[in-house]
Amino acid sequence: MRNDFFSMRGIVKQYQVGGEVQTILKGIDLDIEEGEFLSILGPSGSGKSTLMNIIGCLDTPTSGEYVLHGKMIRDMSQKELARIRSREIGFIFQQFQLLPRLDAMKNVELPLVYAGVSPRERARRAEEMLVRVGLKDRMHHFSNQLSGGQQQRVAIARALATNPTLLLADEPTGALDQATGEQVMGLFRELNDEGRTIIMITHDLKIARHATRIVNILDGELSEGVSEYD
Amino acid sequence: MIKWNMFVESVRMSVANITGSKMRTFLTTLGIIIGVAAIIALMTIVQGATATMNEQFDSMGLGTLRISVTGTDIKRGLNDHEISQLLACEHVQGLSPTLSATMTAKRGGAWSDRIMVQGYGDEYFRHSQELIDRGRAINAIDVAQETRVCMVDGNAEKTLFYGEDPIGKTLYISGIEYTVVGTIDEEEDASLYAQMLFGGRTDGTVYVPYTSAKKLMGTSTVSTIEIYVTDPNETDAAIDELEMALDAIFNYKDDTYTIINLESVTDALSLMTSMMMSLLVGIASIALVVGGIGIMKMMLVTVTERTTEIGLRKALGAEPWQIQMQFLIEAIILSMLGGVIGVFTGLTISYVICLNSEITFTLDPFAIGLGVGFSAAVGIIFGWAPARKASNLNPIDALRSV
Repeated sequence: MRNDFFSMRGIVKQYQVGGEVQTILKGIDLDIEEGEFLSILGPSGSGKSTLMNIIGCLDTPTSGEYVLHGKMIRDMSQKELARIRSREIGFIFQQFQLLPRLDAMKNVELPLVYAGVSPRERARRAEEMLVRVGLKDRMHHFSNQLSGGQQQRVAIARALATNPTLLLADEPTGALDQATGEQVMGLFRELNDEGRTIIMITHDLKIARHATRIVNILDGELSEGVSEYD
Repeated sequence: MIKWNMFVESVRMSVANITGSKMRTFLTTLGIIIGVAAIIALMTIVQGATATMNEQFDSMGLGTLRISVTGTDIKRGLNDHEISQLLACEHVQGLSPTLSATMTAKRGGAWSDRIMVQGYGDEYFRHSQELIDRGRAINAIDVAQETRVCMVDGNAEKTLFYGEDPIGKTLYISGIEYTVVGTIDEEEDASLYAQMLFGGRTDGTVYVPYTSAKKLMGTSTVSTIEIYVTDPNETDAAIDELEMALDAIFNYKDDTYTIINLESVTDALSLMTSMMMSLLVGIASIALVVGGIGIMKMMLVTVTERTTEIGLRKALGAEPWQIQMQFLIEAIILSMLGGVIGVFTGLTISYVICLNSEITFTLDPFAIGLGVGFSAAVGIIFGWAPARKASNLNPIDALRSV
């Protein structure tokens, strides 16, 4: 039976490097159920960033089928991809990627601006999300006034703002110390308990173990990990 | 509605970026400021000068013709009989023979050999009342009886009557005694204005009855006559009549006289000034183009610097046109900011220049609109390519550049 929520079949990604074709992803098959917390574990150079870009609709595969929330992601224009990203994906980056000239509220509002939400509704939702991640007192702080953990919480609030189909986190603890990283993982687990689907890309097994399911990626090939038997 | 919100948001973000680095913004917009200021200042000054000049020509130009006689080898100018023939024309209301020469004038210890002596008929002063400053004008009796009376302008007054009231005093022109009966406000005298523009400077002008001037200059004919037509709308009919009379006087020889319509002189003059203005504004526009290149360079730097931000915005769902709009708006705001500052700078410059000269300062809404419009256009033209570049950035490459 076909999985309409998240399904990848035979995803191949090739790049032309100096006249030579390099195959980064060699036929990835991956299915995710709604409400799963999945870790994609792999060392650098394994193709996990490329996979993340395809999952996040920043890039399209050379061949293969990718269905996200009932939509086939293939041969789409930049504009169509942007629409998908706006509605379906909430990104969380290693370096937080907050805009320094905007305060926490305005940063969280940013994806809502591109989703065409009215100013009043934007403010309401941004506030709600910042309260959710525990930053009620930090709404009008700028990123240089926030700790790393707080910045990542703002970034998580931003990813949640559009109520996306899935949260896509790229090494979300990579720039944080261990204790703060654990706190952020705690927040991820809470969100997952509330029914959020989360895909986390990491090279750190300890962090990956917070997920409910782990897959390993190595040399562009995916295999189910050990975590679910752990 | 969504697009409007997007627009407001883009403006807000652009303003935040522009005010974020004030020094840089100022330096970037400096080219536009200089370009627009130059255009505004030039336009305002040239227009003010033209208006002032036209005003002065108009004061004597309307319904006035000037006959300039070159004559033939045996007949140089017009004698009294021929002048009366011209006066007899149906469309001629009055005329004033005009003579001028640079002569020596003396008053007590003061003297000058660069005094312009102007001989006019009484009609001249009747048609140029605004010339008379104090005292009385030269009248018909003075002309008929060749009275030795004169009027002096401010410069002659300064040269010959320094510190005293000239009216009722005497002076000597080429050794002949004249009594001053009035003074002339030289700023109102268009012919003097023309001299200032086209001729050398003198130590002042003394006005005498033309009959008396003929004696002074040792001539029995005149070669310049101002004609006042009955109806300014029938100037052409007057010209036809005068041509017939003059042709008869000069036996239908070619090139013996010219009739100048002062109105057409002002027309030619305003054509000249408008050509001059286009030229000047054209040159100043180069500064605007240079300013535009400055904006373009700055926007390219901004796009490069903010590659990560662009990538992030795209990851968060920004469509290419939204990115393009944001950067285009930023470029337009930058150059319009320069445009507005430039308009104020230009107006200030021209105001100061007008204060220190004879030119009347006039605020020209067209020039202001042009300045602001030009700068907006520069923003669109030179902001387009950088904005396009930003919108085409691949979000993956952009985010990877961290």
